[in-house]
Amino acid sequence: MEQTATPNAVASTSLDRTHPTYTYKVVLLGNTSVGKSSLAYRYVKNDFKESLPTVGCSFFTQTLCLEATTIRLEIWDTAGQEKYHSVCHLYYRGAHAALLVYDITSKVSADRAKLWLQELEKEFFHDEIVIALVGNKADLAAEREVTTEEGEEFAQSKSLLYMETSAKSNYQVNELFTAVGRSVVVDECWAAPAQGGAAAGPSRGPAPQRPALAAGRTAPRA
Amino acid sequence: MAADVHKKKGWEVPNGSLAPGDGQHAERAESPTPGLAQGTEPGAGQEGAMFVHTRSYEDLTSPEEGGAAARSPPEGPGEPPAPPQPSSMEQISKDFSELSTQLTGRALGEEGPLEAAPAAARRDSLLPAKEDEDVTMDAWRLRRKHVFVLSEAGKPVYSRYGSEEALSSTMGVMMALVAWSPLPGSPVVFVRRSPLVLVAVARTRQSEQEIAHELLYIYYQILSLLTWTQLNHIFQQKQNYDLRRLLAGSERITDNLLDLMAHDPSFLMGAVRCLPLAASVRDAVSTSLQQAKAKSLVFSILLSGNQLVSLVRKKDQFLHPIDLHLLFNLISSSSSFREGEAWTPICLPKFNSSGFFHAHISYLEQEMDLCLLLVSTDREDFFTVSDCKRRFQERLRRRGVQHALQDALRTPFYSVAQVGIPDLRHFIYKSKSSGLFTSPEIEAPYVREEEKERLLGLYQYLHSRAHNSSRPLKNIYFTGPRENLLAWVTSAFELYICYSPLGTKAGAISAVNKLMKWIRREEERLFILTPQTY
Ligand SMILES: Nc1nc2c(ncn2[C@@H]2O[C@H](COP(=O)(O)OP(=O)(O)O)[C@@H](O)[C@H]2O)c(=O)[nH]1
Ligand SMILES: [Mg+2]
Repeated sequence: MEQTATPNAVASTSLDRTHPTYTYKVVLLGNTSVGKSSLAYRYVKNDFKESLPTVGCSFFTQTLCLEATTIRLEIWDTAGQEKYHSVCHLYYRGAHAALLVYDITSKVSADRAKLWLQELEKEFFHDEIVIALVGNKADLAAEREVTTEEGEEFAQSKSLLYMETSAKSNYQVNELFTAVGRSVVVDECWAAPAQGGAAAGPSRGPAPQRPALAAGRTAPRA
Repeated sequence: MAADVHKKKGWEVPNGSLAPGDGQHAERAESPTPGLAQGTEPGAGQEGAMFVHTRSYEDLTSPEEGGAAARSPPEGPGEPPAPPQPSSMEQISKDFSELSTQLTGRALGEEGPLEAAPAAARRDSLLPAKEDEDVTMDAWRLRRKHVFVLSEAGKPVYSRYGSEEALSSTMGVMMALVAWSPLPGSPVVFVRRSPLVLVAVARTRQSEQEIAHELLYIYYQILSLLTWTQLNHIFQQKQNYDLRRLLAGSERITDNLLDLMAHDPSFLMGAVRCLPLAASVRDAVSTSLQQAKAKSLVFSILLSGNQLVSLVRKKDQFLHPIDLHLLFNLISSSSSFREGEAWTPICLPKFNSSGFFHAHISYLEQEMDLCLLLVSTDREDFFTVSDCKRRFQERLRRRGVQHALQDALRTPFYSVAQVGIPDLRHFIYKSKSSGLFTSPEIEAPYVREEEKERLLGLYQYLHSRAHNSSRPLKNIYFTGPRENLLAWVTSAFELYICYSPLGTKAGAISAVNKLMKWIRREEERLFILTPQTY
């Protein structure tokens, strides 16, 4: 079943259980300084730095063990600056999941996340991508401008995953990525047949699946 | 010889220490030690160059804006071959006794920044006035420089200190300048590079020419983010476009560049410093880099701090030192490159100001200060390029040079004590043909930050005197209250040495001789003599 979803992943079959079988692309979107890089850094390095200015795109990988399988997440983080848009917006093509991050202390950033959602909706069909709305900086509750309810409601209305996090205090960061990982795996199982023929590109060893980087997905899934 | 006439013209020698016959620049360059003609000086590449051939720092100025004037007079190609020269020692000594220009600290306002003014004034008055330059009680710790970038329509683009918000108009900038009140006599330097205007007001002792060069670096830095084409396009569409929107988040990169230029002599020298490394190790690294190639790769660059470890380039493609400096700056301006892999569009303005390359930037290992930069032409090629990194690391491991590399990284700078000249405190030596320079660690007495900056300031001063467009000097002997310096600029190399204030001129001259021999002996370690291509 999953084999058909990512035909290039055969390389890993002979390896032990902890070796990730499939790779999924996760992109971080949102206003500058909402904490995208901090979330990635917290998740991948379990650490926090006050300053992590992003230039262009950053790429991280992290292995995620789920109950049934082990997957690899390819996490893409962008500077989100306008000058990079022309070049970097293609970075979310082919993504399996997108994290729309806002800062709970900034209403503006939450509105911006909604704009990102519209943009994603132009690129992807609804069931092609897992989208999570993430209210970061939950540790700054005193300065909150966006209530949990607001976030939750909006997420629900658009059927997005929703989570409040704090990269700083390490609140729900692992949970966020795990939930997203679980969700893409489920989605992939579901959508496998529609995907089968698409990934005919050259094998790239450990990080196989990337048909969409060049082509983008076109067909809606069953 | 026409060139000599040109050279002599305008040479006013206040103290008359310069002998009339200055017809030997080019010849002298070849004489003192074997291989001082350009291309054979210590540090010159043995198999062609790595960089675009740059004569020197002046290459920063493109011809259209006084660059030609800033350039040192041409070393006439038709000059007759050098006459037989006396032995190196004699020659150096002759150059410096007859031809050098003697400068004193006074010319620099170099009288103890943090000392009380009266004492400084007293010392000052004891020094014979040799140069007619204004002297101010300029404290070195106030070495500060305001830099603004505006659009031609007067919209602020960048301001080094204070928010651009407050400086939201040309008027605002002028007000800030007035409020800040630069020292009397400090120049306001403008560089116009349509559609931008760059302005600096400095409390430094740099020449206008050098400040202009720094502004040009800022200009190139902006181009590296946007490309020249895009920048022009934007302003053609809308004259009063607010460029800050596009540059948001990258002010830090420009800030960093300004700071770096105040500390790192690379920019002043227009050259690149190599990490000292045994030739065999460097070769292994370069070969590994060379083998981890991909079609879209143009340059593979390994660096440590702001020192070059290895550079492999596509055949017929040359990097310009300025572009490399911009890359160094980009990397040092963002700690985030230490995490994960970065993939960013970057324009190398001296290479091609109209397009973006895509740079893969990553550190080899967390604890190691070793950054790999793979410059690709294809923005879709991330995974291929990322794989080059993996292959490079694998090859390094297989060649077993990782430990040697780690060792070298533990001592990224060498001590001047290695040269074995007691009075010698520091030096900068640049091979012009390779575009590389070498310099030891700055050690005592230049320990505190402002002392280090002061030393660099002295070099800057000598450099500006040596490269002054109307009165370039080839040999400069500088005596100051706290150190003496000597500068020697030939068609093949530039050498600046700093030594004890107690050292004599004769001592300095013999130091130069010894030092040149030492550099020649160590050149394999200090320079990259055999640049590689894919
Ligand atoms: N208090 C708090 N600050 C955070 C949190 N996450 C990030 N920050 C800070 O917000 C700023 C921007 O973070 P960064 O990760 O660079 O944001 P990005 O531009 O979205 O990548 C930095 O100063 C971080 O230290 C968080 O969870 N709590
Ligand atoms: Mg970021």
